Amino acid sequence: MAQYMLVKYNLNGKDVEQMVDVRASLTDMLRNDFRMTSVKKGCEVGECGACTVIINGEAYNSCIYLAVWANGKTIRTLESLMGPNGELSDIQQAFIDEAAIQCGFCTPGFIMSAWEILESGKEYTDAELRKLLSGHLCRCTGYENIIRAVKKTMYKRLGKEMPE
Amino acid sequence: MSHHVGKSVTRVDAFDKATGRAKYTDDLCEKNALVVRVVRSTIAHGFVKSIDISEAEKVPGVVKILTCFDVPDIKFPTAGHPWSTDPSHQDTADRKLLNQHVRYYGDDVAAVVAEDEVAAARAARLVKVEYEVLPFVLDVQKAMEEGAPQIHETCPGNVLKHTSNIRGNYEEAIKEPGLICVDKWYDTASVQHCHIENHIAVAHEEAGKIVIVSSTQIPHIVRRTVGQALGIDWGKIRIIKPYIGGGFGNKQDTLYEPLAAWLCMQVGGRTVKIDIPREDTFISNRIRHAERFHIISWVRPDGTVVARKVDLYSNQGAYASHGHSIAAKGLNAIPQLYPVPNYCGNAYTVYTNRSTAGAMRGYGMPQASHAIECHVEDIARALGVDSLEYRRKNVMPVGFVDGFSKNELYSDTFNQCFDKAVAYMDYDRKRKEYENQTGDIRKGIGLATFWYNTAVWPISLEHSSCRMVLNQDGSVQVQVGETEIGQGADTAYAQMTAEILGLKDYRDVHMISTQDTDITPFGTGAYASRQTYVVGFSISQTGNILKRKILEYAVELTRCPLVNMDIVDSNIVRTTDGRVLMSLKELATEALYSLSHSVHLTAESSYQIKNNAYSFGCCCAEVEVDIPMCRVQLKKIINVHDCGKLINPQLAEAQVHGGMSMGIGMALSETLLWDEKTGAPLNNNLLDYKLCSTMDHPHLEAQFVENPEPTSPFGTKSLGEPPTCPVAPAIRNAILNATGVAIDTLPMNPHVLFKRFSEEGLINDPWRKEN
Repeated sequence: MAQYMLVKYNLNGKDVEQMVDVRASLTDMLRNDFRMTSVKKGCEVGECGACTVIINGEAYNSCIYLAVWANGKTIRTLESLMGPNGELSDIQQAFIDEAAIQCGFCTPGFIMSAWEILESGKEYTDAELRKLLSGHLCRCTGYENIIRAVKKTMYKRLGKEMPE
Repeated sequence: MSHHVGKSVTRVDAFDKATGRAKYTDDLCEKNALVVRVVRSTIAHGFVKSIDISEAEKVPGVVKILTCFDVPDIKFPTAGHPWSTDPSHQDTADRKLLNQHVRYYGDDVAAVVAEDEVAAARAARLVKVEYEVLPFVLDVQKAMEEGAPQIHETCPGNVLKHTSNIRGNYEEAIKEPGLICVDKWYDTASVQHCHIENHIAVAHEEAGKIVIVSSTQIPHIVRRTVGQALGIDWGKIRIIKPYIGGGFGNKQDTLYEPLAAWLCMQVGGRTVKIDIPREDTFISNRIRHAERFHIISWVRPDGTVVARKVDLYSNQGAYASHGHSIAAKGLNAIPQLYPVPNYCGNAYTVYTNRSTAGAMRGYGMPQASHAIECHVEDIARALGVDSLEYRRKNVMPVGFVDGFSKNELYSDTFNQCFDKAVAYMDYDRKRKEYENQTGDIRKGIGLATFWYNTAVWPISLEHSSCRMVLNQDGSVQVQVGETEIGQGADTAYAQMTAEILGLKDYRDVHMISTQDTDITPFGTGAYASRQTYVVGFSISQTGNILKRKILEYAVELTRCPLVNMDIVDSNIVRTTDGRVLMSLKELATEALYSLSHSVHLTAESSYQIKNNAYSFGCCCAEVEVDIPMCRVQLKKIINVHDCGKLINPQLAEAQVHGGMSMGIGMALSETLLWDEKTGAPLNNNLLDYKLCSTMDHPHLEAQFVENPEPTSPFGTKSLGEPPTCPVAPAIRNAILNATGVAIDTLPMNPHVLFKRFSEEGLINDPWRKEN
């Protein structure tokens, strides 16, 4: 059995190649080989959502996604949301403004799922937003300010007033 | 004067955390670090007779395997308490680095050091351990029975400690004729902190020292405990604490730092990483003490409680950790919240073969608040009076002073908190409306209150040290030993420093967030909701020293008398006419580069705090109970807190949200389970152990009453832990209001509700009748 395999994929806008252990998770590869420190390990079995990244436009738990499956994919981590001159994306700024960040460990994963939600261009109800974000666990915030940050950004992008 | 304090400014660490740049322990670990896997006992109690590592050693990549037969014969304490130089107040030392006498399912018996995780995990599975199996006990009262399994040789009977709190004469008082007796039991569950970053420690040797980077709340304490565990000089240990992904008390304990340090020494000082998997975090870190309360109150028909008896049984699990301090805190809290002339309280902290209980947000107060607030509700119900009115009449009165702590209730805080909660929830109307409901779906509303200490004085040392260094541009670096663990402490410190020094912008304060015990001034860390309160003293003292030095230097430059100068908005200002004499930046640059008198303007000081302060609050919750489904849905909830003046209202609110969420989990869904037959953990993962997700609560409303705390330089007091205290009893009392059924066991999940509803005849349990 081949222990290592070459994977070629696009990471945060750049084409990359990496020899990976076939048993490695995408979390392992992104953290160990590319030093993507935004990809956090909280459970490594897809329970907590801290390792969430975007694969071909869709949010995944990278801890239960094999690194070799990345071959040919386009992958985005939180590092890619910042603009070329260090500008924050709207959703990152909203997390800061709404005090949605405490220990910060769940934050990158939440922001990536929020990014997927916002990119859909859809208007979601509170209940729908809660369901869409329910794959992420946070012990600090009670989710209150996280939900508000996502909701505010959603309405801002839709050009609408946020209802009270 | 408030310019920075009291404002909802942005967290100083928000940008780095929003961009993924903030470095946590694993982010700092070298790629070539050796990886450790701990081999855990597969029995709940017994002795390791032998360990065969021959197969495990053959796994490619294995560097070394060490067992309980290899470790130093030293027992060490783990509790994150300040050390006591008085031996009678020192924490119990009852575990070794690896244990031959295993006391819970999952105890540390051996450790594999390997080149990678796969090798470590494979080898750990191949380590063969032969045991002498002993009987085990999981229940706290069964562990106290005669003939119960003996868990520690040094502790016959398993009672780690028993304390009493006796006031008046209970036995005499209850002889009064005509008293109503309310006699009830209340149980809280074993729950876990579930910070999203698991505990991790990375050790290496450098410059003749052992350097440990650790996800800890208490770096200076861990330095000491590692030294004790390894039997080496404390100065040879260096602990570095970067950002941590939550702690909630679990990391207010020495966890795997000593083992990491020792293993590092066994492999020639190479870097060794212990990254505890989530499943092991549940069983091998710390949990909240499950506590069982028996409360008997003797009440006159007018509601006066003549006498109260409280027996508290606290399930310690396998090792002492924080031990009895947690139960004792709860036992002593009850007669302060509801003073009674005759109180007979007894608390027992008892070893069992569960996972070790330690500090967890609230430190025994969520359990004690739960029991007494359920009980007060039950008394009001027995008397047929409104429970809120009953609380208003019987709760700690204004002017109450606790003899021991000298804590004082200065304001009519309880009523102010109740009034805010009642107004937000429309409590009075709903409470009436929800009486005597019938049907499957019933609504209820309930309330509960609490008090909480700020810091640990006079039980133990309260001390904070601070260092401030002025830069050339008039900004300052600030270091304290009290750690940022997510709660926002660094931001509060920056605001307080800017306030004291008269800086224009709180961002001119550069908080050095990382504690490094070789560099950071001594401070005991993050616990007891002490941070903002105790650091307030050292920041104000150190800031005033630095400010005086700055102004003395300004005298040299301006010839203006010191008494006529102040620093305002980062300028040296003549106070008599408000003229700006020079900017702080100009002064700071001159001070460092002056050819006539150059000086580095810095200040460092320690402050020992000999005060404490009561913090207060309440929770009001509204629920909908689906009786046939035995399911509770939380519809609306508010916490109101008086933590004195808020340093940062937005961050304070955010902290309350998190505490409420943890309280909701404790109330409705969280419980660790062990197999009665084997003692094995049953739900040590984040799917089967149910902490709240976004789906599990409604909007969390947080409000405040701001009565300034007179002992604090900033009028502030504890807020970190308090929000968790009143939530579970408020929900329990709401369920009682909805259904008439008192649920006295946590969590109030469908399993518990099914049993209680069938006992009370609300639902039919066909099997129950047959039995």
